Amino acid sequence: MKTVTLTLTNPSELLLEGQNITPDNFAGKKAAEIAALDVWEGKQKSPLGKYFTVEGDGGATAAETKIVLRGDCTRVKRIGQQMTAGEIVIDGNADMYIGGWMKGGKIHVKGNVDSFCGIGMEGGELIVDGNAGSHLGSSPRGEWRGMKGGLIRVAGDVGNDTATFINGGTIVIGGDADIHVSTHGEGGIVVVKGNAKGRVGGQMVKGDIYVYGTIENPLPGFSMVGEVEQEVDGETARFAHYIGDLGERHPTSKGKTVYANIYTRI
Amino acid sequence: MSELLIRNGFVFDPLQGIKGDRMDIGVKDGKIVETSALASPKTIDAAGMTVMAGGVDIHSHVVGPKVNVGRLFRPEDKLFKSPLKRCSRMEMGFSVPSTFKTGYDYARMGYVFVNEAAMPPLHSPHVHEEIRDTPIIDNAAMPVFGNNWFTLEYLKNNEIENNAAYTAWLLRATRGFGIKVVNPGGSEAWGWGLNCVNIHDPVPYFDITPAEIVKGLIETNEHLGLPHSVHLHANNLGNPGNYVDTLESLKLAEGYAPKNDFGREQVLHLTHLQFHSYGGDSWGNFESRSKDVMDYVNTHDNITVDMGQVTLDETTTMTADGPFEHHLCSLNHLKWANVDVELETAAGVVPYIYSPKIKVCTIQWAVGLEIALYAKDPMRTFVTTDHPNAGPFTRYPQVIAWLMSRAARDATMKTFKWLDKTIDATSIDSIDRELGLYEIAQMTRAGPAKALGVTNTYGGLAPGMDADIAVYALNPEDMPSDPAAIEKAFARCALLVKDGIVTVQNGEVVAEPAKRTVWVDVKVPENAQVQRDIYEHFLRHYSVKLDNYSLFEEHLHNPRVIEVDATE
Repeated sequence: MKTVTLTLTNPSELLLEGQNITPDNFAGKKAAEIAALDVWEGKQKSPLGKYFTVEGDGGATAAETKIVLRGDCTRVKRIGQQMTAGEIVIDGNADMYIGGWMKGGKIHVKGNVDSFCGIGMEGGELIVDGNAGSHLGSSPRGEWRGMKGGLIRVAGDVGNDTATFINGGTIVIGGDADIHVSTHGEGGIVVVKGNAKGRVGGQMVKGDIYVYGTIENPLPGFSMVGEVEQEVDGETARFAHYIGDLGERHPTSKGKTVYANIYTRI
Repeated sequence: MSELLIRNGFVFDPLQGIKGDRMDIGVKDGKIVETSALASPKTIDAAGMTVMAGGVDIHSHVVGPKVNVGRLFRPEDKLFKSPLKRCSRMEMGFSVPSTFKTGYDYARMGYVFVNEAAMPPLHSPHVHEEIRDTPIIDNAAMPVFGNNWFTLEYLKNNEIENNAAYTAWLLRATRGFGIKVVNPGGSEAWGWGLNCVNIHDPVPYFDITPAEIVKGLIETNEHLGLPHSVHLHANNLGNPGNYVDTLESLKLAEGYAPKNDFGREQVLHLTHLQFHSYGGDSWGNFESRSKDVMDYVNTHDNITVDMGQVTLDETTTMTADGPFEHHLCSLNHLKWANVDVELETAAGVVPYIYSPKIKVCTIQWAVGLEIALYAKDPMRTFVTTDHPNAGPFTRYPQVIAWLMSRAARDATMKTFKWLDKTIDATSIDSIDRELGLYEIAQMTRAGPAKALGVTNTYGGLAPGMDADIAVYALNPEDMPSDPAAIEKAFARCALLVKDGIVTVQNGEVVAEPAKRTVWVDVKVPENAQVQRDIYEHFLRHYSVKLDNYSLFEEHLHNPRVIEVDATE
């Protein structure tokens, strides 16, 4: 695997649209060619090299390309958008849409990210050591086909509207979640290791949510059906089991109605 | 003084009966002229290419409030589908494209006239604002009458003259083009949460049947002598077994003869016939009955139809048939928008995915093509996708390829999951007919122009008509064996001249000539009762004042008025 190191030496005045910063776009390119790729500052198109110094060449394929971003990327958006393979390491914070629509590969952000990260995700891994903003692993605006697969892991807290329309894949949140978790969910797993504010699983028809702490305002559409012991993220614990959202239309499988599950730790 | 000479192309002009002769077409000051009238024209070589009049679309939902609802509530329709700026304005969206993309894409396909299929009268200012924003193509818009309280009341009392006076007033108030009828009575019944499921099902409160509404509107239309006929979206759209209702709707035209000065020969246009030609009594035994319906159409000269071809795309359905959209939403459980337009109509919008993996969708695909392939008279059967309901208009080139090539149909059918069941439920596999360029010219320009009553300006290449000329890179003497090449040629015309201005070259828009709004102004005798009725209804029932209802002149963009005198 070859490593391309981008160091932000000349920060942009406006937010930087960095959708071209992916192993797919860097693969097979020399450092100079990578520096010539387009990024947008507002509506102005400029070469990547205007803001970043580029060291190292891309690998032969995306899978053989690793990108390391250094410097303060708090205002760089869309890193790793639509990537299919390879690896990205962001040394500090990053802005919105990190790993949006990603299909494969791995992104590791060592700081915080803003909203819409992992949106429309289909595969791969997005690891955030800090906090994430709103709409983490959510569906794009208007879209009813949300996250299909992959893993998102956020060590800290997340904002609101996590995993809207989730269909598959796993989201693990180390801290607390704000309102709206897995709204309209149709599959997948969301684990909140801290507390959740409320509206957890609203209009959800299928899929699982685990909350280790408390749900401040639980929804009336969920009904407790018992207690279960389950293994979650490598550890086993006892949970109170709720099904719902009972106000919704639910699919049937083998003659049995399928419900969404919320498990709260006892 | 701008002159053009398009030389040596193979010209297909069904209005003049020209079947692929090698001819020169002269253009002077935006009109087609005899080549002898040209002094020093700029010459364009069209040797080895097909020359037709600019395309005419008789039924497409491109402007207005429900189209905009579709744009607003489907942002995902634009996601990663918005090419970077190519022309002067932003192009985006797939099934409900932006106004700019609509104009450019029609022009790239060689179309110059598009008839907006349903204008809610109350929202006509919005319709006209979007017409202004849709570049290049000329637009007309048909206000909907089939659920309008005035119309229902007049027709219930059999007051054709009063209904005609009201119709003339509304056409002027909305700068409309003709009489559109959507699910007659059914959209009004939707206000009570009901529908009119067949043509004898009375409308609640008004106590009039859809059959009486349609017959009354045909009489009104011929009483006024409008350029276009009644344009009907029949009852019970989209349901198994509805071909019975369709035949009954078509039979309503029996006994009526066209009366107009525009060369129109039909009294009823039944639109998106594909959605109305189904047999069976459930989705399980759903089947094509296109043969029954087309046998009737083929033997009755006073009817025209268009296809409403399903293109097997993810699209956005939108119609003034409010109850149907609710029904559709309960089938696919996707998002649903619904609107009631006071006293006049309703509308609904639902996204829909026509998948080659779903049996009903592939049967629908076959039904549409069967309609066009069974047509004995291509001058009465037109290419549409009921854009965007059965598919976006940008798929017309693909529809043309399917019609012109059995191999193209076979290639598509190979992708069907339920191919055998589709073949059993339809007759598409037994049809070998392949249409020629002349028939395509009939179905895409000459025929629709004639049915719309606009053949003095659109749909042909005779001297005196608008210089709207499309040139396609297809050699009729050496047609490509690969249907993809046919599709490509029709998707990006080699040349489009609009009003004498070279607008598209090699598939790229190079100019934006002024577009027009085409509307019909009917003179009727003064009618004090209708004027009083209008005043009373606005006083009692409308949420707007009469003074604010009619379109203000500033909303009307570059009008072309078709005048009709119905005072005698």
